[in-house]
Amino acid sequence: MKTIADLLHEHPFFHGLEECDLQFLASCGENCVYHDGDYLAQENNPANHFFLIRSGRVTVETFVPNRGALCLLTLHGGDIFGWSWLFPPYISAFDARAQGDVRSLRLGGECLRNKCEEDPKLGFELMKRFAKIATERLQSARIQLLDIYGSPSAQSHAT
Amino acid sequence: MTPSIYQVIHRQEEFAGTFTLRLQVQRKNRTNPPMRFNPGQFNMLYAFGTGESAISFSGLACGRELEGEGSILIHTIRAQGNVTRALECLREGDTLGVRGPFGQGWPLQKAKGKELLIIAGGLGLAPLRPVIYAALEGRLAANKVRLFYGARHPSELLYREELESWAKQIEQEISVDHGDGTWPGHIGVITDPLQAARIDGANTVAFLCGPEIMMRFCIQALLRKGVPASAISLSMERNMKCATGLCGHCQWGPNFICKDGPVFCYEDIRPWLQIRSL
Ligand SMILES: Cc1cc2nc3c(=O)[nH]c(=O)nc-3n(C[C@H](O)[C@H](O)[C@H](O)COP(=O)(O)OP(=O)(O)OC[C@H]3O[C@@H](n4cnc5c(N)ncnc54)[C@H](O)[C@@H]3O)c2cc1C
Ligand code: FES
Repeated sequence: MKTIADLLHEHPFFHGLEECDLQFLASCGENCVYHDGDYLAQENNPANHFFLIRSGRVTVETFVPNRGALCLLTLHGGDIFGWSWLFPPYISAFDARAQGDVRSLRLGGECLRNKCEEDPKLGFELMKRFAKIATERLQSARIQLLDIYGSPSAQSHAT
Repeated sequence: MTPSIYQVIHRQEEFAGTFTLRLQVQRKNRTNPPMRFNPGQFNMLYAFGTGESAISFSGLACGRELEGEGSILIHTIRAQGNVTRALECLREGDTLGVRGPFGQGWPLQKAKGKELLIIAGGLGLAPLRPVIYAALEGRLAANKVRLFYGARHPSELLYREELESWAKQIEQEISVDHGDGTWPGHIGVITDPLQAARIDGANTVAFLCGPEIMMRFCIQALLRKGVPASAISLSMERNMKCATGLCGHCQWGPNFICKDGPVFCYEDIRPWLQIRSL
């Protein structure tokens, strides 16, 4: 049976990390399965975990009164979710919901923070990886906002 | 070059404001040789009394003829302004003028022995559809073909039924910017699945067509995956007038898009793509 360290090793987020670092982080992790409609995280609730999605599809949503849950993006195998555990007040900003079965690894946020404090070199390496993904998500969100597939004439009318 | 008169024989609304016209040359000209074109080339469609617009071939590659019926041309058009709105008003039986084919198409030979990534955004799928047909008919010697297609919303996907049937033969990543719970695919920008895909850069060629900003971000993702600049082709759209390289209306750096393009190799046009005033 695969250990948590093995599973961490397989996930692209941890590619290239030293074996000893993965062993060090493994004690924060657990393997979990979510079923269709289960929430991995909920807006305004404590953000206790960092999720590494191994397979399946997760929608990141926000609830809008009179409109229901609006999906902002979907995440798939190889993606990660959640950095609200990194900073006070450690509260989730969005809902994350399983669409069908989702296999994921989740690492305890507090445990991960403590490990990063204990080993700042590893902590910096992880921060760089988070920052890269956060930047990519920001860039994607900006492109989404540009509504690039809309007609240019409609856009100029709108502005 | 004077326009030939064609008749609309079929009109299909893809979604609000975007439609596909199937055109047949006027009966008296059906004995003329059929129009032959390469995927990626375009025609100038003339809405009588209004004007002309450059519109890519979105139909069968090589202008497949029907016995004695002359060539059937297929064009997918989005109503933008005067000319395309006039084309939108055409119904079956109506006529229009057609000049073409113009420009340089997709370098299909580059796909030989490689994995071909077809990357389309919005209406950009139209000029790439003939490449997909060529792949489905086994006319590309590519090892594998993958389609990455981004659209604004599931209701704004072109050729929905065909997309489903292509999925049997071509791996697809379809992404919409905005979708609801009923959409089973990716929600987000098309660069996300491209970034997540396993790509053997050295053995890949990519054909891109879509909004320029989408192509720029996709090119960055491809370069990071090790796809050489020489293996990336993109279709550039600029306003056209003569379409024959005479008026200079479509000049872009040292190129005339109507004559040297619209399909260019990224390696050749990289400097011009970065000049904002062009
Ligand atoms: C090689 C080539 C192939 C093309 N293929 C297709 C196609 O298959 N289907 C299709 O619907 N359109 C295609 N286009 C774009 C099409 O030519 C223009 O949308 C059309 O000419 C606009 O004319 P209009 O009179 O309707 O609008 P205009 O009144 O001239 O313009 C209306 C709006 O459209 C914008 N616009 C005008 N021309 C372009 C352009 N070339 N690209 C982007 N925005 C433009 C203008 O800035 C303005 O905001 C192609 C263009 C080129 C150069
Ligand atoms: S449109 Fe006249 S030179 Fe290209």
